[in-house]
Amino acid sequence: MKTTQQRIFARVAALLFTAAFLAQPTYAHVEEGAAAGFVTGLRHPVSGLDHVLAMIAVGLWGAQMGAPAVLLLPVTFPMMMAMGAMLNLLGVPIPGTEIGIAASAILLGAAVMSEMRPRLAVAAVLIAFFAIFHGHAHGSESPDGQSGLLYSMGFIVATGCLHGVGISIGLIHRWTWGQRLLRLAGGGVAVAGALFMWRAFA
Amino acid sequence: MSRATTIKSRSPQVLLALCLLILCPLRADAHLNSTGLGPFYDGMAHFALSPEDMVTALALALLAGLRGAAYGRRAMFVLPAAWLLSGFIGLAAAPSGGRALTAISLLLSGALVAADARMSLRAITALSALLGFLHGYLNGAAMGQPGVGAVALLGLVSAVFVLVTLAAAFVARLRRPLTRIAVRVVGSWIAASGLLMLGWSMRGG
Repeated sequence: MKTTQQRIFARVAALLFTAAFLAQPTYAHVEEGAAAGFVTGLRHPVSGLDHVLAMIAVGLWGAQMGAPAVLLLPVTFPMMMAMGAMLNLLGVPIPGTEIGIAASAILLGAAVMSEMRPRLAVAAVLIAFFAIFHGHAHGSESPDGQSGLLYSMGFIVATGCLHGVGISIGLIHRWTWGQRLLRLAGGGVAVAGALFMWRAFA
Repeated sequence: MSRATTIKSRSPQVLLALCLLILCPLRADAHLNSTGLGPFYDGMAHFALSPEDMVTALALALLAGLRGAAYGRRAMFVLPAAWLLSGFIGLAAAPSGGRALTAISLLLSGALVAADARMSLRAITALSALLGFLHGYLNGAAMGQPGVGAVALLGLVSAVFVLVTLAAAFVARLRRPLTRIAVRVVGSWIAASGLLMLGWSMRGG
């Protein structure tokens, strides 16, 4: 049962959180487009269903595999995704980015569907490989006139949150019905990945 | 009902009223320039609006917090002290880029958090001093004006102190493995941001 202090703290926290959304602009910097860069980055991964499904599948797979994979996969992915985006920034082309992203949805979906439990290193390498394609795609669509760093931070945070969504959903793995549902969801991701692949070749 | 109980029962309403006041901010024309506090708040705002500085300080706080309260206390004092000292040195220097170095510091500190590096107290102290010196010098050099810049630097360092104190204290009391994993995941995001900042600096964008 909550104490009065806890209730007051919760109310104050909620109000301060609301206040943060009503904040006035601060004119300490004259940089334009900084906040817009972050929001653009935040939106980018959730604007494409291919990214969304693959990211959630990473979380689901991590949750199915349990510790330490549930830590390693969401840590590996952003690092290698950043590497992919950096390659793009440096002008290093990666052929077949769209195909790679579609393949990631197919394979990660299949891994969730079959509850595949490879060795941790194999899972990490697989995740790292696909992360490069996702990162390259994010890097190629960096907006002009906005803060590059904040755009990057935005898409990294959004990707991490999608992993978090996947891991949270994956918590149902403790129940038998939940395991079935996760396998079904994995199948759905794989089918969607096949559609993305078809579109990439079309 | 006793007087003490009445006051206690009204405290949520008073808090609510105070918070409503916070929701309606107006421009403060309190002549901060004449009181000398304007640059102080500019310095704080500068820190809050410079992700490369703020996130590096946050990463160090997370790293120190993961190791424990003693490490947090060390980072809490060493980082702002080094930041302030080198900031004063930087005020006399010409503005320099140093974007790649900042990116490397972001990458390094984030990677150490992600790896939950078991560093000694001496290593944390050295890292805090190193990061403080680097970021402080670059901030000082960017501010340029010795008089106003020094006050701004004080504001900036106060913000560093508050952030490191709160973040390290928050992390130091985390005991559940899942919450510590969440901190390490945030570290990987910071490292990834550092890597991308390095990419942006190499690209020149």
